Amino acid sequence: MPELPGRDADRPPAVEVEGIARRFGHRWALRGISLRVEPGEVVALVGHNGSGKTTLLRVIATALRPTRGDGRVFGYDLRRDAARVREHVGLLGHAPGVYGDLTAAENLRFAARMAGLAADDRAIAHALERVGLAREADVRARGFSAGMRRRLALARIVLRRPRLLLLDEPYASLDDDGVARVDAILAELKSAGHAALVATHGDPHARGVVDRVLSLAGGRIAAAPAAEPADAHARRTRAPAEAVPVRAAGGVHG
Amino acid sequence: MSWRREAARAAAVAWKDLTAERRTRANFNAVAFLAILILLLFGFALGPDTEALRAAAAGILWLTILFSGILAFNRSYQLELEDGALETLLLYPGDRRALFLGKVAANLVFVLLMEALVLPLAAVLYDLPLLRPFPGLAGVLVLGTIGFVALGTFYAAMASRVRAREVLLPLLLFPMLVPVLIAAVEATGAMLSGDPLREGGSWLRLLAAFDLIFVPASWIAFEYIVEE
Repeated sequence: MPELPGRDADRPPAVEVEGIARRFGHRWALRGISLRVEPGEVVALVGHNGSGKTTLLRVIATALRPTRGDGRVFGYDLRRDAARVREHVGLLGHAPGVYGDLTAAENLRFAARMAGLAADDRAIAHALERVGLAREADVRARGFSAGMRRRLALARIVLRRPRLLLLDEPYASLDDDGVARVDAILAELKSAGHAALVATHGDPHARGVVDRVLSLAGGRIAAAPAAEPADAHARRTRAPAEAVPVRAAGGVHG
Repeated sequence: MSWRREAARAAAVAWKDLTAERRTRANFNAVAFLAILILLLFGFALGPDTEALRAAAAGILWLTILFSGILAFNRSYQLELEDGALETLLLYPGDRRALFLGKVAANLVFVLLMEALVLPLAAVLYDLPLLRPFPGLAGVLVLGTIGFVALGTFYAAMASRVRAREVLLPLLLFPMLVPVLIAAVEATGAMLSGDPLREGGSWLRLLAAFDLIFVPASWIAFEYIVEE
């Protein structure tokens, strides 16, 4: 895994953005967002369509340059060190980015090679197993349903294990089993110290592993994060995957 | 940047594109059909005059390669747009120019295979001597194709995010290709007429110079044109 700047004692935050704004033509999608996410923390972003959740994730992933403001991911500047930022970030966007003419296993092998990882058959089999696609390993993705494509995209994240996960509507198109698997993967990576920003339309399924909820409206943070709930620390340090219940933990904190 | 790692990433992109093409053959069939059609139609238009056919053969050959190649370049990025894969591709760690090199390698294989189909057909239709000038002709084809594919892949990336990309790509690409087209046609004509070294040699040098300038230039500039 790539080295992070700084000493162990003062590891930089996973995400630190200050006054981030982004304009598309005449429309401001983000209007000055400041946010800090620590390693091992899972933050949910909720808000209506057009509130800026996706744009914020794409700016942090370096898919978009911010029009104004500064941001760092594990101490690397979003503008100047975009290539280093990408070493630590995994974005699961709206579109799964799956190649229909390749099999599920080939899609992952390609992803591994692009990420500079050894395209190990066991790691690929494990990633497919985690998302429930083990039996479809040698099936071309062209015939996959939207949910299966989503699972395959999630398997890329499992394979890469980025230090910062940016998940945009990760529960979209998934059945109950798929939703539980997303939560289990999130919980496992969180317990290993990985951070996550999860954009959702207030889906309660997301809350089982979430430490904080931020509400976005009109490109701004509409609600500040609440004080940590009493059981949050316990949840944060709980053993991963199967130990983490899939449940709602209240609405958006104001 | 580790060159070995970036070369492996470029190879992965080329493997992915060629595997997808090998399985569907959607692109190759369409491109081959278009190429055969162009050769036949020019043949009909020029009539049965063997001398006229031979004189026009080099130009027709390169126009066939050009028009067919445009289809291939557009299709090469269509793969990335179908399921939103381009963003995922651009967000992998590493140098984004590896993506360009991979695409160029895949398109180069594709266009050279298409030329291997077109050349014998052109020889039959236009009564061209192929065996004697073949080494020189192969050199012209390879040098001309490298420049053509590098620029085509570059401009196809630029046009890929635009709705009217099928129209935009030839508009952007053709003016830039004028030098390579003239040099390739002249060099091919010289090879076919049995004058490989005098006039043909200088056109070949021009093709090599074009490649030496435009391949690195496209590679360097690729990072900026895929930035959203």
